[in-house]
Amino acid sequence: MTIDQSLDTVDMMLNMGPQHPSTHGVFRMVLTVDGENIIDVQPHIGYLHRGSEKLCEAEDYRQIVDLFDRLDYVSSFNNELPYVMAVEKLMGLEVPERAQYIRLIMCELNRIASHLLFYGAFGADCGAVTPFLYGFREREQMQSLFESVSGARMMHGYFRVGGVFRDLPDDFNQRLDSLLPMLEKGITECEALLSKNELFLERTLGVGVIDAETAIDFGVTGPNLRASGSTYDLRKDDPYLMYPDFDFNVPVGASGDCFDRYMVRMEEMWESLKIVKQAVARLPQGPIMAKTPRTLRPPKGDVYVRTENPRGEMGVYLVSDGKDKPHRIKMRTPSFCNLVALRHMLIGSYVADAVVILGSIDIVLGDVDR
Amino acid sequence: MPPKGKKGPPPPPPDPRALSTLELLKEVFPDSEPFLNLNQVEMPIPPNDAERICRLAKEDPRLHFNLLGCQSLVEYGDTFQTVYHLYSTSLKHSAVFKADAPKDNPVFYSVSSVWRAAEWFERENAELFGVIYTGHPDPRPLLLWEGFKGYPGRKEYPFAEIQIPDDIKVPQ
Repeated sequence: MTIDQSLDTVDMMLNMGPQHPSTHGVFRMVLTVDGENIIDVQPHIGYLHRGSEKLCEAEDYRQIVDLFDRLDYVSSFNNELPYVMAVEKLMGLEVPERAQYIRLIMCELNRIASHLLFYGAFGADCGAVTPFLYGFREREQMQSLFESVSGARMMHGYFRVGGVFRDLPDDFNQRLDSLLPMLEKGITECEALLSKNELFLERTLGVGVIDAETAIDFGVTGPNLRASGSTYDLRKDDPYLMYPDFDFNVPVGASGDCFDRYMVRMEEMWESLKIVKQAVARLPQGPIMAKTPRTLRPPKGDVYVRTENPRGEMGVYLVSDGKDKPHRIKMRTPSFCNLVALRHMLIGSYVADAVVILGSIDIVLGDVDR
Repeated sequence: MPPKGKKGPPPPPPDPRALSTLELLKEVFPDSEPFLNLNQVEMPIPPNDAERICRLAKEDPRLHFNLLGCQSLVEYGDTFQTVYHLYSTSLKHSAVFKADAPKDNPVFYSVSSVWRAAEWFERENAELFGVIYTGHPDPRPLLLWEGFKGYPGRKEYPFAEIQIPDDIKVPQ
């Protein structure tokens, strides 16, 4: 039998989402495939668009903290931070040292919790169910610690302009003393389960490669950028809080593939643990709130504050016209900017790798759509 | 202006890195007038020349602003302002460019060819505020559904407005 070479083939459109378990929310991408190869992809976002920026213009400065919780709902502390820092910078408020330490501890613990969620979800994206259970086991303990501190498991609303909502509970140190060894053991077990697993390596090594220069051009920041070899980390490059006083490293990858993006996050958890231990040892006594006026009215002007979110650079551009409500707030969310590079990473790879690549970028759709 | 009888916060002490960036900007763009605002270097740029200036700011080795951190759109009365927050990952300095365009002719030049990060920022700004970025490679709406009427980012757009697509029937 001979094959008729004159037969034409056509590219096929393959729709993924918006309801798909591996899109981490409601995200749709329309793939154009030639056999097993992706030749084009069209991402569609906006299914969770709530108009948060516009909503901010109708609320007063203290209420807005809760809107920021709801952007990236797995790292709420890290989202509240740039907003309260922006208002404080515009008003020239001095935040008490104890409040700053508490903020730093909560942000770093939150980073670990967020990366554990990534670990579980990424494992599931690669076809393994067990990592999900491993990741959530320690994360659950952290959530109850967050609850004892802020009063809520998620959407904490804990940071206030000028400080924090309330002091740490009396048993915070005891809880942390039992939590930290548990975390160390848990993260070690997590790494043992995936990091050297041959099936996992086959799925991730050399998949979805992006080099540092291209990543920066796309606005990719955070662990996704550091996996490509750049050392850009706002905690070191544009320090805020007390980060310059702490001893920690910035983990960096080499090749910028899915495995490096995974590995950078696993190593970041160890660095965050290091920071938390140092901060708890130095935690000073004192007030937790600065003196703030009854109604917050920052002077006329604009300010841009950025911090290192677990997903990358989280920026807040705040424009005040001197009234009790902001004139405009622009949220520069890391997931939104990281997702721009998805098209570049997907084109040329296999359909089967699409879910792995999307999972390795670690997006939260609440953060993308705002 | 701060309210009468109350003093605003004292200005922060000048930051040497910001001062050196200010000097560099004056060197590279002799016609421009950069200044310091809360230790942040700011430079007004014309909206129709944004691409050329941004390309120079990215490619000049003295500035090397390779990361477009944020591109926001702000409505000030009769003008729209596009704000570019730039950062250099190698030289570790930052700057803010601001371009003003009148509200009755809100046309800016797209910088998507300089930083690809601008692609989605510009699409979002264009659909929420009804401004135009000339030269954008893919000027489709990004967040809102097809057929959405009006520009919800603008100040005159009502807060409690609910729009329902024409092809969806709502039971009365």
